[in-house]
Formats: sequence, C-alpha cells, structure tokens
Amino acid sequence: MANALAPQKQMTFGEGGLALTFAALAALCIVIAAKAYTPEYAFHAYLFTAASVAAVFAIINRYYDRPAERAPLTIDGKPNYNMGPVKFATVIAMFWGIAGFTVGLIIALQLAFPLLNFDLPWISFGRLRPLHTSAVIFAFGGNVLLATSFYVVQRTSRARLAGDLAPWFVVLGYNFFILIAGTGYLLGITQGKEYAEPEWYSDLWLTVVWVTYLLVFLATLWRRTEPHIYVANWFYLAFIVTIAVLHLGNNATVPVSIFSSKSYIVWSGVQDAMVQWWYGHNAVGFFLTAGFLAIMYYFIPKRAERPVYSYRLSIIHFWALIFLYIWAGPHHLHYTALPDWAQTLGMTFSIMLWMPSWGGMINGIMTLSGAWDKLRTDPVLRLMVVSVAFYGMSTFEGPMMSIKIVNSLSHYTDWTIGHVHSGALGWVAYISFGAIYCLVPWLWNRPLYSLKLVNWHFWVSTVGIVLYITAMWVSGILQGLMWRAYTSLGFLEYSFVETVEAMHPFYVIRALGGFLFLCGALIMVWNLWKTVNSAEKAETAGLALAPAE
Amino acid sequence: MADEHKDIDAVTGTATTGHDWDGIRELNTPLPRWWLWTFYITIVWAIGYWVVYPAWPLLTGSTEGVTAWHARSAVVTDLAELKTQRGPMMDKLSSAALSEIAGSPQLLDFARAQGRVAFADNCAPCHGAGGGGTKGYPNLNDDDWLWGGKLDDIVQTLRFGIRSGHDKARQGNMPPFAGVIKPNEISAVADFARSLSGLPPEKGADLALGKKVFADNCAVCHGPEGKGNRELGSPNLTDKIWLYGSDKATIEQGILNGRGGVMPNWEGRLSEPVIKALAVYVYTFGGGEK
Repeated sequence: MANALAPQKQMTFGEGGLALTFAALAALCIVIAAKAYTPEYAFHAYLFTAASVAAVFAIINRYYDRPAERAPLTIDGKPNYNMGPVKFATVIAMFWGIAGFTVGLIIALQLAFPLLNFDLPWISFGRLRPLHTSAVIFAFGGNVLLATSFYVVQRTSRARLAGDLAPWFVVLGYNFFILIAGTGYLLGITQGKEYAEPEWYSDLWLTVVWVTYLLVFLATLWRRTEPHIYVANWFYLAFIVTIAVLHLGNNATVPVSIFSSKSYIVWSGVQDAMVQWWYGHNAVGFFLTAGFLAIMYYFIPKRAERPVYSYRLSIIHFWALIFLYIWAGPHHLHYTALPDWAQTLGMTFSIMLWMPSWGGMINGIMTLSGAWDKLRTDPVLRLMVVSVAFYGMSTFEGPMMSIKIVNSLSHYTDWTIGHVHSGALGWVAYISFGAIYCLVPWLWNRPLYSLKLVNWHFWVSTVGIVLYITAMWVSGILQGLMWRAYTSLGFLEYSFVETVEAMHPFYVIRALGGFLFLCGALIMVWNLWKTVNSAEKAETAGLALAPAE
Repeated sequence: MADEHKDIDAVTGTATTGHDWDGIRELNTPLPRWWLWTFYITIVWAIGYWVVYPAWPLLTGSTEGVTAWHARSAVVTDLAELKTQRGPMMDKLSSAALSEIAGSPQLLDFARAQGRVAFADNCAPCHGAGGGGTKGYPNLNDDDWLWGGKLDDIVQTLRFGIRSGHDKARQGNMPPFAGVIKPNEISAVADFARSLSGLPPEKGADLALGKKVFADNCAVCHGPEGKGNRELGSPNLTDKIWLYGSDKATIEQGILNGRGGVMPNWEGRLSEPVIKALAVYVYTFGGGEK
C-alpha cells in the first residue's frame, strides 16, 4: 500500500532536456571532428564528443539511482544544503593548484636556464606560460571561487543551492573548459590575448557555463530565508556578473569556420588593446579581488568568531571599488598609442581606487579586534590575515605603479611580475588556502589532521613568497634603470642582452621562491588527504559549523 | 536608528547591525576618518590632474588640460634634446675621414661610444656581445681577417655585407664538392687540411692523396700553401683559427656541402656616421690592421 502512495518516478524536464542536448552536441562534435582542418582541433572535438556522451550516461545513471522525489529543500526545518559540487570544486582546486604551481616553477627555471625548453614546442616557455597563468588563476582560483561561493551563498542565505543538475553542470562544465583551454595551449591553439588565450569554441562553452553559474547563484539568493543579502554575496555577484560582461567583450571573435579553431577579433589596433586591458585589469579587479574579498568576508569572521569590523565600510568600499575598478585598465597601456586622455583616466582612477581597496583590508584585519591572540594559536587564521596584509600591500603598490612617472620605470620589467605575485601568492593563494583549510574539515566532518603542518606550510611558503617578490623587485628596478641609463656622451649604456644577463641571479632566486611555495602547497595536500581519510569524526561540539547535510 | 539595535558587541562596545548570517554579525563601526579623508584627497588630486592634463573624451577629441601636454610632443622634445647633446660630435664624425678619427682622442671616444651601442643592438646577436664570434660567425677580436682588417676593409664589409645580395657585396664562396670528388678523396683532403695547421692526422690517413686533391681543387682559392686569399674571402688554413670547427667531420661537411655564411649589408639601415663608428669600434677590438 505504501508503494501506491509513493509518487511515480519521472524524468524531470531538466534531466531529459539536458540529456538530449548533450546527445545532440555529441553528434555535432563527431561531424566537426571528422571535418576539422587540423588534428589539434579534431582532438578537441573528440574531447567534446566524449564529454557529451559521458554526460548523457551520467544523467541517465543518476536518474535510475535517485529516489523518486527530489531532494527536499529543508529537513526538520533546517536547510538541506547541497555540498556535492562544493566538495568536487574544492578537491579539483587543489589538484589544479599543484599543477599550476609546478608549471610556474618549470617556466621560472626555463627563464633562468633556457636549456630547459629542450627545443620541444609543447613545453616551450611560450606555451607553458599561459598554461601557468590559466592554471593558477582560472583553474585553481576559479574552482576555489566556485566552491566557496556555492558554500557561502547556501550558508548565509540558509537555503539549498538552486537547481538539481545545474550546480553540477557549472562545476563539471567549468573544469571541462579548463581542460580544453590547457590542452589547447600545449597544442598551440591560442588567440594570443593575455589571460584570454582560449579560442572561440572554448569561449562559447564557458559562456554557457558562466550564465548557468549566474542563474544558480541568483536563484539561491532568491530562495534565501535571511532578510538581507550578506556582504560576501554582493562581492560574489559582482564578480560573476562582471566577468560575464568582460568575457563577452574581449572575446568578440569571428571564427574562420566551424571546422577551424582559428578566429579573428572584431576589434582592431588600439581599440583591441584597450578592450584587452579593460578585460585584463578587471579580471584582476573582479576575479582576483572582488571574488576573493567575498571569501575574506565569510571565512575570516567565521574563523576568528568575531563580527565584521564595519558594515558601513563594507557598503562604501564595495560600491566605490565596483565603480572605480572598471576604469583603471588603461594604466596597462601607458606611453603607447592609446590616446593621452585614456591614459590619464586609467591612472587617476587607479589612484582613487587605493582607499576603496584598502577598505577591504581594514575590514579584514580589524575584524580580529578582540581575537588577536588567535594569530598565535591558529595558523589557518594567520594565513588569512597575512593574506589580507599582502592584499593591502599589492593594492598600494598597484596605484603607485599606475602613476605614469613610476610606470615609465616599472613597465615591461620584472617589477610587474613581482607585483602580480605578491597579489597572487600572498593574497589570492593564501586566502584560498585559509578557506580550504576551513572548508575541508567542515565538508567532510573531520577535524583537521594537523595544525602543526599548517604552520609549516605557512612558514615555508611565506619564505618562498618573500624570496620571490624581493628578487623581482630588485631585478625589475635594476632592469628599468639599466634600460634608461645614458652615458655622458648621450648613448644608451647597456644593450638589451646585457640587461638580460644581469637578471640571471634573480631568476634563480625567484625559482627557489617558487619551489618553496610549491613545497608548502604539497604539505597542504598531504594534510588535507590525511584529514579526509581519517576515521575520526569531528565531535560536533567543536564544529558547530558542520553543514546540516 | 541605532535605538532599534540593542545588540552591543561586548569586546569593542560597538553596536552591531542586528543581523546574523550563519553566526556572522557585523559591527556598525563608522568609517575610519583617515580612510575617508585619504579617499577624498585622492579624488581631489584626480580632479586636479584632469585640469592639468588631457583627460575627458569629447566628440572629436578630448579636453586638452591647461598644459596642453601630449605624449607625442614629449617624445619629440626628448629626441630633439638627445640630438642636441650628440649633435656637434655627430657632425664631426660625419665629416671626418676614417683615418682622422683615430687621431683625435675626443672623436675616437665618441665613435667608440656610438659603436658600442650600435654593435650591441645590431652585431652582437651573431658576433657575440664582446665580438668573440661563434661557430660560423667570425671572432672580431683576433687579427685573422677573411676580407681584410684595415679600416677601409671593415667599413666596406659593414656597408655592403658579404653575400648579402647587395650589388657591391663581397662575393665568393666555398663550393660544394659532393659528386665532384670521391668520398675517399674528401676524407684524404680533410686530413690534409688539418695537417696544414699542425693538427695530427687520423690513423691511416692518406696525406699524399690529400695533397694531390688539394692541389687540384682547393689551391685555386686557398693558395698552393693554403694561406688563403682575401680577395675571395677564402680562409687561411695554416693557422689555428677555424670558423666552423677543426674536427674532421665538420671539415668534411664543409667540403661536401660548401660554405657561404651571410653578413647583411648595413647601408640604408644604419646611418653613415653610425657605420663609421662601428668600423672604428670593431677596428679597436685589437685586431685592426694598419
């Protein structure tokens, strides 16, 4: 009799529709693979086919395995959080992180010892460099953002993640994009735009994934049972929306043919350069700043168990940051064919951006008021607070470097590389490490294996960062000064190759710094592995944060 | 407004906003004054900068700023200044004959300074930063010259190049002997060539055959004693300097396939005084001939 009352199991519109769409995509990609102009593009078409077929099977399997009823939104009045996609994104973030740091170390060594290119096109510096930047920014950073945003939006909205298949489509689809982009670089497929190297078909795929991400996020917010939207979610939303706009603007290309990986951008000349750096700088502003500030706004107060320092500051600095950042791109094109007025605006808006950026730093650090002693005992919190300090340092250095007179020395030198890495290693990676050290015990409901190892991770990688950025500062300023040095007779003092030679010791130190940073991350992976695989359940008293699932 | 939120944080004594998200509360701390004032100052500074420099786009141009400064004109000014600084000496260099330059220490210094920069930018990629050369690209520091080491010789090589395609380029190359002489003859003549500079022959080398092959085929350019000929750019084989290497395999390769390295012609790419300066610079490496 009970059976008769149970609802009939039916495939949802989403399941059926998505399975059919993937089946159609698989068929299309087979045709493209067969008629592709180059074997590299055919390889990608086959990857798309394989992934689509796998998706169809996964959807059907999932349908047979699942209960007839959809997962309830609440259980006993508590939200029934959906943490599967969060777990997946967390694990894969660490995987891509290690891959990205390793490739970074390889290219650092290639710069110091060019022999290490081995005359093989696939592993030459030119192809590995975008692999490194994309792996650390989009693969590592992107998955951290996916994981934390899906976690935070659920917890702070007290609502289950919207969508059934959609969150899985977002995390899996995003990582498939990473796979296509990364293998493309190695095979020589690139549209040659920095931080936007993937070609038109990868861009198109990412657009679909990203719009789904936006919808899932918005729908979850819509479902919230809290009266207000938490500040972290403003930052996540700003990040998701703006990245969508930037991605579309900077990838407005016309493919040569559906059977070719090659495309041409619709912008030309200086307009293309302007759009590229409008994109490039705001990838820093909205991906690496807004997104990770969102992480900061949840994980620091949570870990410190203190209220956020200032609600008013969070509002003012949020809107000021969002409004001002979008103008700052032209500072990447000082002293170029870009019109003077655009350079002026890029520089002045960068200067005005200084305090709005520091608003986040103040809110992050001052949240520890009344909990400073925890810095001694909790290395995870220390990671996050040092990360905010690096954020403050980079967001001071950035506006300073945007000043034309400073830029005339720093531009095109290693100083820029040092600046980027003080932000990337110090800020982005450290806040991510801190968040993951929090997330993994919460998600798997296990106590963290070893705080001592976190301490080791912290010190080893901090020494690495300091070596890295100081080497690049010295190298960059030396390089800039050598380039502009004139003799008393009015001739350049150094040839280019002499300046390259002078860089060598600093390149070796930089590689050592990168090596230490990678070692720290490997310690972290070991620590997390032991955490997830420990038999011991966290006693719930110590982990009031455990998700309801 | 604050009255409705009685929730005071005990540690700081500051009121919270009264909301709670997953255990996180927010203090209602006012904006730090120093932060706000610094923000205002940067805004005022930016507005000031807009007044001074080109800043806002208009329909057909942009606001000019009170200084009417432009990057383009700034570069023109910089270059003009440099020209003024170098100008008088540059004029002297242009009008001086090559032989006069060496006679005037001041002019020589200037020519060498200009030559150093031009060499680093144009010559170093092949000849090396110090002119030390590498396989196929002659060392310019020694006194062994393929085409002559007098100032006039060097300036001609610089101007028109070697096998550069220029009408006045230095011509003449080592022809390939593949199919012209037999493999055992190539081996023998390679051994003979090595023996000319005192290198030990391979075991079982037929130096007599090598000598005969040399006399029949090579002597016409390299001379009966292998001393070379600068008219043809054919190297002296009796010294210890080998452009491509002294091992037998490399020599055999040269005989089989010939050699014909190219030096570009710099006339038209570099200005006349710069070419002169380069000639003087290379001449003073140490190997210049009177």
